Amino acid sequence: MSEHPFAITLDAGSSRDNRTGSWRVERPIYVDRMPPCNDACPAGENIQRWLYHAEAGAYEAAWRGLVEDNPLPAICGRVCFHPCEAACNRGKVDEAVGIRAVERFLGDAAIAHGWRLPERAPATGRRVLVVGSGPSGLSAAYHLARAGHEVVVREAAPRPGGMLRYGIPKYRLPREVIDAEISAIEDLGVEIRCDAGVADIASAMAEGAFDAAYLVLGAQLSHRVQVPAADSARLLDALAFLAGTEAAEPVAIGRRVVVYGGGDTAMDAARSAKRLGATDAVIVYRRNRRKMPAHADLVEEALAEGVTVRWMSTISRVEKDKVLVEKMELDSAGFPQPTGEFTNLDADCVILALGQDADLAPLAALEGVEVRDGLVVVDAQMMTGHSGVFAGGDMVPAERTVTVAVGHGKRAARNIDRWLRGETGGPPPRHELASIETLNTWYYADAGRTVQPELEAQRRQTGFEEVVGGLDEPNALFEARRCLSCGNCFECDNCYGVCPDNAVSKLGPGERYVFDYDYCKGCGICVAECPCGAIVMVPELI
Amino acid sequence: MTEQTSSYCQVGSFAVGNRLVDPHLRTVQSDRLRPNALTSGHRACQGCGEALGARFVLDAAMAATDRQLIVVNATGCLEVFSTPYPETAWQVAWMHSLFGNTAAVATGVAAALKVRGDTATRVIAQAGDGGTVDIGFGCLSGMFERNDDVLFVCYDNQAYMNTGVQRSASTPAAARTATTEARGREPGNAFGQGKNLPALAVAHEIPYVATASVAYLHDLEAKVGRAMELHGARYLHVLVPCPLGWGAASRDTIRLARLACETGLFPLFEAAHGEILSATPIRHREPVEAYLRPQRRFAHLFADPPRTDDIARIQAIADRNIGRFDLLGERAGKGSR
Repeated sequence: MSEHPFAITLDAGSSRDNRTGSWRVERPIYVDRMPPCNDACPAGENIQRWLYHAEAGAYEAAWRGLVEDNPLPAICGRVCFHPCEAACNRGKVDEAVGIRAVERFLGDAAIAHGWRLPERAPATGRRVLVVGSGPSGLSAAYHLARAGHEVVVREAAPRPGGMLRYGIPKYRLPREVIDAEISAIEDLGVEIRCDAGVADIASAMAEGAFDAAYLVLGAQLSHRVQVPAADSARLLDALAFLAGTEAAEPVAIGRRVVVYGGGDTAMDAARSAKRLGATDAVIVYRRNRRKMPAHADLVEEALAEGVTVRWMSTISRVEKDKVLVEKMELDSAGFPQPTGEFTNLDADCVILALGQDADLAPLAALEGVEVRDGLVVVDAQMMTGHSGVFAGGDMVPAERTVTVAVGHGKRAARNIDRWLRGETGGPPPRHELASIETLNTWYYADAGRTVQPELEAQRRQTGFEEVVGGLDEPNALFEARRCLSCGNCFECDNCYGVCPDNAVSKLGPGERYVFDYDYCKGCGICVAECPCGAIVMVPELI
Repeated sequence: MTEQTSSYCQVGSFAVGNRLVDPHLRTVQSDRLRPNALTSGHRACQGCGEALGARFVLDAAMAATDRQLIVVNATGCLEVFSTPYPETAWQVAWMHSLFGNTAAVATGVAAALKVRGDTATRVIAQAGDGGTVDIGFGCLSGMFERNDDVLFVCYDNQAYMNTGVQRSASTPAAARTATTEARGREPGNAFGQGKNLPALAVAHEIPYVATASVAYLHDLEAKVGRAMELHGARYLHVLVPCPLGWGAASRDTIRLARLACETGLFPLFEAAHGEILSATPIRHREPVEAYLRPQRRFAHLFADPPRTDDIARIQAIADRNIGRFDLLGERAGKGSR
């Protein structure tokens, strides 16, 4: 005490000799939880992570994060049915983050700026055959090429893209976008051979000395239902009709068009018919709107364009310029049952959109491949019963969407890579879900969702111009910043600020924080006040 | 919040920091090199709101004065847990006074600085609610009326926590303390008693009076900053939940401080020279029950049968504050949220 100047008794900060960490019975630890968007993404994108970069305006870094998992962001940013947004925790606060719109912004920015996909790993000398150049084949080819394998994609059609090009109308997906993202994959050294269908997988593999194959033949045979029709009746198949809109001379359909079916293809067909000059485009569907398999966005857009729907109706007979429609009613089990009430509907042609089947003839000579209900059976690694032959997309049992296909491609590519390297074991275990209960949403500033511009009604009935517009940069930035960063630290400094014991050290940008367990008393305020649920308390081991 | 910037930035100005905004819009607490006027190793209970409040206020004051600051501290929890001989957790020039004379000692320090011609060094006096509202009020009122150049900060945890949770004149109605037990026909602290010290300070017509909460850091730091720009007698009243005395989980300190404001029970406002200047609007209004339920000092209100009459009287207090300070922004038009 005598060593101190007059009236000064104690040294500043001498309390640090008192290690209050010994009081603790529980300790906080930092965790990364699985954000619901990532959890729901069929392509396995790390959405929260790429949004984190986009939030700071680092768009190229965001795009690089995106293409780690999905090489088709400009495509998926337009046609994905965004299960991420349905799962988004912000939907429980105000409105879900417009993830798909930001993805599209990033995909378009990459095309505009010519950002190149990541370089390939050193060549492994292994060869993989991909049959089909739809979204799944493209995704697999990209991931296999990045892993250093030599990839050949064989496509039966004259242009690559599969259903992207021949199934999805260009007012939803402009062809320049498809071409740009495919050519970026080709620039990696992936060879896509068009007009080169494979009649027999086994011999194609042997001839090309391929070590493995990924089969994504799609489902391109329209499901035929026995609809009684007069000889003079004009019946079209929806897939052929949609593919025909790509041709220089589209098929003649007349002015009154009836579309039979309730899926996405029926919506696309009816909307395309409108654009080709049909004054009436009527969808006949046997159940009600709630039971309709088409995605809600597409139904909304179709109705907005003047497409009408005859709910609870089936077609009994097709004649030269009319169809006989029977009214249905739902039974107690929710199945439609005939009522015996009939009405006539004028129709110059009827487009059948009643589902599609896979053509599995090229697999006939492959031993061990199991087929069930017209689909190829695969294991958890996407491998068929024939060793080294993997399959995905619409020809295996799964939801038939572009993003599911992209996800199959990624999973198959990673498993083919492991199989070629002789490795076993699956992907690492998934983190615990960051549910809304784990967040402290008070901290997020209130902000409603940004609305994407839409083409005016008149132009949506006369041409194939893209209907939904993209976000501009300020809006994309705003939308990205609506992300709650569920379950993953975004460096808001709350834990650092709210600790009564100064037991959190801030390590600087990108480096997050560490706890100082010498002084942490285990009060748990940091856990309660972490906006994104990235801290948990665990019992202290005594 | 008045400090919200116009462009949207995820957590805006509600979190401690925000990597998306300019560094000068971030809090002192988010700074890696913040002063830490109160450092680790102090002996406050787990989740102490007062330890947090004192660091928030003094760090902001040190930042505003280029660390030229002298702090005078009344007896109470804050003194006891920070400075048990031979250790101290303070990293600021700090002196301990008696329980009741803090304002007078601070007045003396300010006078001594004036005599020495030191215009750079500023003076803060700080005390708990006991040392402010009850025991220290005579000296404080004198400091106010003489307009001495001191910022007096009250860390209000609403009872004498250090000596075993006895009632103070800041203890809210119905709260159980060691001297207002939850028994009889009127359990807990009586309705209609106690002092509203921020209002008393406003009545002295001093240059600056404000209330603040550990749950609204940007608001708190802005108020400390404004107080340090001014001279003369200034008063800051900070609500600091006490897990021990309130019977609350240690992790809920900030949550309760926030709920006190969002229910309207603790209005955040600024006043100068006897006039109310502004109030911080409530972002998400909550019923008082959301605030009362997590606290054991109010458990008797939710026993069987519940004291719905008392809960309604507390709700009426909150509603009166909301009307008086326009906390929902109804008179001023919608706030800048």
